[in-house]
Formats: sequence, structure tokens, C-alpha cells
Amino acid sequence: MADPTATIRCDACPVMCNIRPGLAGACDRYANADGLLVRVDPLVLLEAAHAHGTPMVSLQPTEDWDGRLVRGADTFVTAIGAGTTYPDYKPAPFIVATDVDGVDMVTVVTEGVFSYCGVKIKIDTDRHLGNERSIVRAKGEPIGHVTTGEYGSQMLSLGGVGHLTGGGKKEGRVTCDTLLALSNKQAVELTIDDGATVIVQAGKAPIVNDVMETRMRVGCGSATIGIFAPQWLGKVDEVVVVDDHITGVLSEHQGGKLLGVQPTGIRMRGRRSTPGRYFQVAHPGTGWGGTDISDPLSILDPFDAKHARAGIRMLMVSTTGEHYGYYVLDNDLRPVQQEMPPELQESVERIAENCEPALCSVLFIGGAGGSLRAGVTDNPVRLTQSVGRSITRLTCGGAPVYLWPGGGITFMVDVLKLPDNAFGYVPTPALVAPIEFTLPLADYAAMGGYMDHVKQASALDTATPHRFAPQMSENPWPLLPMTKH
Amino acid sequence: MAAFADDKALTMAGRAVARLMPQTAASGLPRLHLQDGPIDLVIMAEGGTDAVEQAYRAAQARFVTVLDELCAELPLLRQGVTPETARPTGMIACRMRAAVEPLAVYGFITPMAAVAGAVAEEILAAMLEAGPLDRAAVNNGGDIALHLSPGRSLAIGMVTKPELGGIDLFGRFTLTHEDTARGLATSGRHGRSFSLGIADAVTVLARTAAMADAAATVIANAVDLPHHPLVQRLPANRIQPDSDLGDSLVTRDVGVLSLAEKTEALAGGVAMADRLCAEGLIERAALHLQGETCVTRETNHG
Repeated sequence: MADPTATIRCDACPVMCNIRPGLAGACDRYANADGLLVRVDPLVLLEAAHAHGTPMVSLQPTEDWDGRLVRGADTFVTAIGAGTTYPDYKPAPFIVATDVDGVDMVTVVTEGVFSYCGVKIKIDTDRHLGNERSIVRAKGEPIGHVTTGEYGSQMLSLGGVGHLTGGGKKEGRVTCDTLLALSNKQAVELTIDDGATVIVQAGKAPIVNDVMETRMRVGCGSATIGIFAPQWLGKVDEVVVVDDHITGVLSEHQGGKLLGVQPTGIRMRGRRSTPGRYFQVAHPGTGWGGTDISDPLSILDPFDAKHARAGIRMLMVSTTGEHYGYYVLDNDLRPVQQEMPPELQESVERIAENCEPALCSVLFIGGAGGSLRAGVTDNPVRLTQSVGRSITRLTCGGAPVYLWPGGGITFMVDVLKLPDNAFGYVPTPALVAPIEFTLPLADYAAMGGYMDHVKQASALDTATPHRFAPQMSENPWPLLPMTKH
Repeated sequence: MAAFADDKALTMAGRAVARLMPQTAASGLPRLHLQDGPIDLVIMAEGGTDAVEQAYRAAQARFVTVLDELCAELPLLRQGVTPETARPTGMIACRMRAAVEPLAVYGFITPMAAVAGAVAEEILAAMLEAGPLDRAAVNNGGDIALHLSPGRSLAIGMVTKPELGGIDLFGRFTLTHEDTARGLATSGRHGRSFSLGIADAVTVLARTAAMADAAATVIANAVDLPHHPLVQRLPANRIQPDSDLGDSLVTRDVGVLSLAEKTEALAGGVAMADRLCAEGLIERAALHLQGETCVTRETNHG
């Protein structure tokens, strides 16, 4: 635990202030609260952007401005920079009431210290990054693992209490740094045991072993046959779509048979699933279609002379259209690479065109089921119940969250939906994330809320340090009636 | 500002953050906020839309490395300046050193006394290099570097206790293109930096922002009532272990003073300010202590 009398060396910037307890560093942004480094940034106010407005339009009237910070329901006070209270039973730093269409709404804003938190990362690539359950490392320290893959994407699960506080001291610090960087939309380099090195940044293309991924696959090899079979008809006799998951073969696939494509005597390596669909034609890797091959002919056995004939034309292509080759069988029924006819080139380009851009997405996940709730109400379980029943809307820096069913308040949020640098940390190590609970004032009173601490939002004046941030257009306005997810 | 409008917050490489703030009523143009570590700049530029955009881009580009440049020489910049002290090498650090050097005869001073003004100057210089502007101001937490093209002027107001909201102007004046001052700085015991004196605020106009910044510090230090029981002081390094002021006693709190005490304290500050005016280091200064205001002698304002 933090020593409340210790001077903290702040490493938020190169000034590296030593900060004594109860005082702030040179920036007035980071302070030492009883041995914990906390952010005391100005409060971020999200302004609802006018439907037609530009992102940075101020909603403050410039002429008869009376010095108040918040005019009405078109400004929402987020918890970014709200600070935290310690001990927990002190009311949350800001409990703000806003009149929304005649209903008094209360927003309790605080910055939660999340000892239980992590990020889930989706990396759009078919390249093999590492085996399921392999350890993911940052700066050599274990910070998470490869989890079950999704369609066209590799998934990582990072952080969590096991790495933050359950492992070594350095492991905890590196885990915290990495989670913070990822949550604040910054790039981090991750290495996977017996796998790839990947640079991940929310909303950006992944960089796998120094190569930037550009495209997601259009589908597995079988799906690609299903989509493009009619476009190949008459232009080629055989198509093999190479894919680490399912490699598709046109002449055997239902999609080809229905169009009358004749057998070609092709014989695939790997394990046949159903006609024209093969698993495990090669090992996973960073070559063709997420396999480890660079020569596609290595996944073929010799052609079957019963059906094969000289002159059969074959296209081999990966599921992103990134790798391709055109072959014609010679008199010995051996495929010989030749220049690709233009009309086939078109179909390869069509595959590439249908691939979506490869991106990394980062979801922050945290559990607010603990003592943080005591800053909202003197009866914490009622907050949990109110959130569960959708009476209380939970937002994270003004962004909508996905609330996990079941007990507690465990939520996930897309970090791209938060203003920049919304997350902080304490040296515990744990992340500090903004969290806002919004509910009708009457419900707040009923759950045992700190009614004597409720301030009208319009009464916040310029003495409260603050900054305005534009509401992201795709986020629902936190104060509007909630539709259930 | 089309290119800017696409970006909600302009994140630069590394830590530094840039974003546009709502436009001011006067110009209709947005202001630029740059932040990195302890540095917060609010930048206003007026001129053609393209020129302003170019200027803002130049400001951002220059800003990215500012904190690292300063931190690279931080130990040297925290040392008291004497003729023997090694000279810094960075552009901003050189501006700082040049500003504090003529003030060293009045007591211990480090280049850090001019850091805010010097950063403001450097950014303004980068903006003006990018293209012509009608007016521009780079405000680094109250230390402001100014640009005025011919025919332009700037109205400056001084307020008490801005942290309480509301505008209580206790002084105002207009700076024109013909005036030589291009730096405006305020120092006192309420800012981020420590003060050895008791002034609430000392506002200084000087040719450069770095000079104004350093001189405001020196003048604010001179507004003092040594050993007065109502003035609480603590060694600077007891509060901030890394302070460039070491164990010098810095003011933490001042009780309610009598008019005579205020007059006495302000007199010491005005004497210092008049001396700096006479030496041509500053143009003018306004000193504020518990509701009393003094300015430098009008004869200096020739």
C-alpha cells in the first residue's frame, strides 16, 4: 500500500517533480494525495455539439455571459479531472444537478481507482500472432495473454488484478503503464511468447513484426469461394483460396459445383472438412492467408491424373488478395506459374477491395462494484441495483458503456469514445478512470444520495478549473432518456 | 481553419496536447491551447484565416520539443546566475539566461525566473516566422508575449482574484504598435511559482516576455515586510523538494495588514521597479497588495 507520508516522484513528464503529501507538482495536474499520485486536471465538460455545429463551438453566449460555467442541459460535467475522494465515504468530488426538460437530473462524477481493470484488444489480422493462452509481454514483463480469436481478428486480454498487483512489482508497474497508454489511445509494443511482436494503438492499423497490416480478410477461404465463384466462371478452371482457418477449393466447393465447375484432379494437403473446405493446410504464420507458407504449391499434392489434364488453369489467392499466383498444368500435370490474365487480376483486386481496413480496437474494462459507490450513496448496493435496472445511467467520461449483466458494476467502454487523456493512474498500481452516474434527482434521494452535496450545474462558476470538450457525435447525450442496450 | 476543424483534439507525438478553444467574440477565430507537462499556452492570433492556421501549425510544431529541451538543461537552469555560471545551449534557455543576467546584481536569481516568458517568446517567434499576423498573443500562465502590426493596439486589463470569477478591473491601459513593450508578465504569491515577497500581483511591461517575467519576480520579491509576524514563510524545498530556490524562505500566507504596512511594503517594490525602469530593463509596472495599487513613476513612461 502507499505510504501516506512519502514524497512521490512523479513520472508524468520529464520535469519529474518530487511531490510532498497534500501538494501538487509544478503542473498543478498531478498531486500527492496521502501517498497516491492522483490527477487533479481541470474538469472536462462535454458540450453537446449542435447537430449542424462544428466540433469546437462554444455553447456559452458571448454577449451576456454571466460568468457561470454551465448554462443548462446542453453541458454535461464529466468525471475527467474530477479527482477522487479518500476515504471513500466522503461524497464524490462533484455531485451536479442539471435540469433536463423539467426533470432534475443528478450526475455524480468521480474518478474511480480501478484495481480490477484491464483492456480487451481486437486486432484485425489473420496473421498468427501467437497461440491461444500465450503470454503477452510489454518491456519483457507478462501483462496478459492471447485469448480466443474472433472472425478475422486476433484477441488479447491484458491487465487484470493478477498482473497489476498479483505479480512482481515491475510486472505491476509495466502492466499499469501499458493499460494507461492503451486507454489513452497511445501506441504500445507487445510481444507474444513464441509469437509475433505487434504494435497496437486504438483506431490504428496493427503493425505485426514491423509490417503494417492494411486489410482484414474478406472471409475465410470457403466464404471467399462462396462470394466470388460466379466472377471466376469461364476465366479459370480452378481456384484455391489459401487461408489459415479454412482453405477453399472452387471445383470441389458447393459454390463451384452448382455453377457446373468440373473436377480438376487437384489434391490438397490438410484435413478436409466438407467438400472444397480444408482445415490446417499449413501452420499458422505471417505468410499467405495467415499461414506460414510463401510458396502456395507447397499445400498441394500431385494432381490426380484421372481428372487432371494439361492446360488446366489455376488461380491461387489469399483471403485478402494480398498474395496471388496463376498456374497452368504442363504435360506432366505439374502447375507452372504464368503471367496472370487481366480479367483474373480484376477478381483479385475485387477481393482486396472487399476487405475492410485492419484496425486495433481497445475496450477498457473495469469493475466499480467496490467502495467507490460509497461516494455516491450511503447505501452502496442500491446504486448497483439502480444501475442494473437502468434507472441510473453509467457513463465513462461521457461515453456510453456496456454494462455486464450479473452482480456488481462491471463495464466496458471503447476508449476512442472518450476525450483524450481521460485515464490516469495511481502507483498502487491501478488505473484511474472517470465514471459518472446519472439519475433523476428523486431517485437519487431515494437511494440515500448525498442530497446536501448536490449543486446545480449552473451554479458551478469559473472558479472551478475546467475545460470544454466537444461531445463526440456518435455518443448519445448522457442526460437524455436512456434506451436499453 | 478547415484543416483544424476536422480534429477534435490535435494530439501531437508524445505527451504534448493541442486543441482549439472556442473563438473569442472579438476576432471570430479560435484560440489554440497547447499543453505539455507543466506548460499551458493559450494562443491568440489574428490575421488572414490561412495565416492564422499557418501560425497555429508552426506553434504546435515548435512546441513539441520545448519541454524536453528545457528538461535536458534543468539542473543548470535551476542554478543561481553569476558571471561564472556555465551558459545554457538551448534557444529558450538562452533567452532565459539573457533575461535574468542583468537582474543578478539585485540578489539570487536563476534562469527559471524567466522560463514562462521565454517559452511564450519562442513560440510567438515561430508563429511570426510562418507568416504575417495582425495581432498575436502567447499567454503562458500570465506571462504573455505580444505581437502588434502597425496600426494595431491591445487593451490590457488587470483583475483581482480571477479565481473567484467575475471581473474586478483594477487597472487598464492600451498598448500600441508604437510602444516598445512586447512582453507582459504577472508575478506574485498566488501563482504557481514561489515568491519571496508578499505582493498579491506585480504586473510588468517590458520589451520581451522573458524580461517582463524575470523582472516581475524580482519586483514581487521586493514587496516585503521582513520578519513581520503576520507573514508565514517556509523554506521552498520543504514544499517542493526540487525548487530552484533551495531553502530560501518563501511566502505561504499573509495576514491582514494595516494601510501603513501595505504602503511600506509597496514602497520597497516600487523603488525596485523604478530602478529597473531607469536602467531600461522594463517599461512600467503595477504592484498590488491587499487592495492597494502602486505604479512606477510616470516620468519613466516617456
